[in-house]
Amino acid sequence: MRQLLAGKTAPILIVLLAIGLFWYAAAIWMNAPWQTTLNQRAGLDSVGATEFIGQTWSQDKPVLPAPHQVAGEIWNATVGTDIASKRSLAYHASITLSATLLGFALGTLLGIGLAVVIVHNDASERSLMPWIIASQTIPILAIAPMVVVGLGAVGVTGLLPKALISMYLSFFPVVVGMVKGLRTPEAIQLDLMHTYSATPWQVFSKLRWPAAIPFLFASMKVGIAISLIGAVVGELSNNAGGGLGVRLLTGSYNGQTIQIWAALFIAAGLAAVLVIAVGAAERLVNRAMGARP
Amino acid sequence: MTELAPSSQDAMAVVRAQNLGLTFPTNDGDVIALSDVNLTINKGEFVSFIGPSGCGKTTFLRTIADLEQPTSGTLTVNGTTPSDARLNRAYGYVFQAPALYPWRTIAQNVALPLEIMGLSDKAERIARTLELVNLTGFENKYPWQLSGGMQQRASIARALSFDADLLLMDEPFGALDEIVRDHLNSELLKLWARTRKTIAFVTHSIPEAVYLSTKIVVMSPRPGRVTDIIESDLPAERPLDIRETPEFLRLAARVRDGLRAGHSYEE
Repeated sequence: MRQLLAGKTAPILIVLLAIGLFWYAAAIWMNAPWQTTLNQRAGLDSVGATEFIGQTWSQDKPVLPAPHQVAGEIWNATVGTDIASKRSLAYHASITLSATLLGFALGTLLGIGLAVVIVHNDASERSLMPWIIASQTIPILAIAPMVVVGLGAVGVTGLLPKALISMYLSFFPVVVGMVKGLRTPEAIQLDLMHTYSATPWQVFSKLRWPAAIPFLFASMKVGIAISLIGAVVGELSNNAGGGLGVRLLTGSYNGQTIQIWAALFIAAGLAAVLVIAVGAAERLVNRAMGARP
Repeated sequence: MTELAPSSQDAMAVVRAQNLGLTFPTNDGDVIALSDVNLTINKGEFVSFIGPSGCGKTTFLRTIADLEQPTSGTLTVNGTTPSDARLNRAYGYVFQAPALYPWRTIAQNVALPLEIMGLSDKAERIARTLELVNLTGFENKYPWQLSGGMQQRASIARALSFDADLLLMDEPFGALDEIVRDHLNSELLKLWARTRKTIAFVTHSIPEAVYLSTKIVVMSPRPGRVTDIIESDLPAERPLDIRETPEFLRLAARVRDGLRAGHSYEE
């Protein structure tokens, strides 16, 4: 027990337990009014406290589903459903994941490209940077439908419109991080390259790029998470293509709160897995580049 | 005070500065970094530049390396412009800090100029130069795994790896403690004796300048100018305890006098 408390496990478990208790209590409190109405309609006058609590935790369309209901829905909609079925959360998660990854790849490439231009050309920093910053002040919820509907009108549907929205969000941290990263080489490291009469490409590939790698990974961790948000928001604008965003949308149309919460948790879990994957890639690259452990 | 350029044959002159001046424009007006510098560095010499901060000694070295552009006078390196000399890989430059790339091992750092210049026989050059600076066996270490003195030795190996005949060193041991510095000074003399390179060495330590050099150039600040050029008559073989001999102390006193004269000039 003492070992458990000394490590990280015990504090995490305690916080999880507290959240769970709070959640169950909130479910009783939030679902009680509707349950009271239901019981009155059914003519059930004397429902015991224990039974009543059990009822609030097992409604079909609760205001706040209890954790075990969400967990059950996640289990049924992933393991319990054929993966090719439109009812499978794994199917929808895979749609969102592919849009996220494509958008993230495009956004990272765009961000790196812009950063390279900015670092090598002072005029482009003054001309591009205000637009880059302005692009992120526009609410993505306002832009996403225009992109999806606009591209749909010219026949571009499916993965690409959603990926473009992911790209729109994820290029920004990469630009900012890489401009900083590509500028980290010190004056004497650049002077050294000059004494070798190195070409601009050699200065970039042998000095600026490796120096910027830590900044790239920090940016990509932010970028991959907001890529997922971009894909989900893109799906909200087009419910034909499927995806976790569509599950959220249909869930809210039909008052299927359990379905909404299950999709939310899958999205959050997906984001966590993606960020962890970027972190793992970062550790591998760091090791290959001789970073101090 | 500046008619001191020795009139040796041009063939021997590696670096030749005539009436060299360099002025940096700044917001507070022009700063004169170098003024009317006349100096010749001959092949095989070990020339130290000594003076207080702001005397232009580093600027002069950077001008030789084509890292700064003179605003007046002429400067030739191996008989050509500094820019051509740089393109001809005439010199290796050692900076105040090791400036090793942290993502490269020691061997890969030494290989950096070889990669950029497209030289072959990398392995042989790496092995040979690391042996020269006594770093054999550290090829696969990363810079952070080495002490400051070892890192600076690796940066010297990097400057030697492409066989330039001229070595420009800008206070390479300035950040190291005295014990390490003494050790590296005697190693540098051995290296110089083995390779017969021409070395221009910036320092602000009088004992270091006298111990290492065949010629000591004393400089003074604002405007940066040469106040004295001292030819050393110390023997080529220099154990560390030569620094207690009367000849050594006499040279050190002359350097100190030169530095003091440069300062009183201001007041």
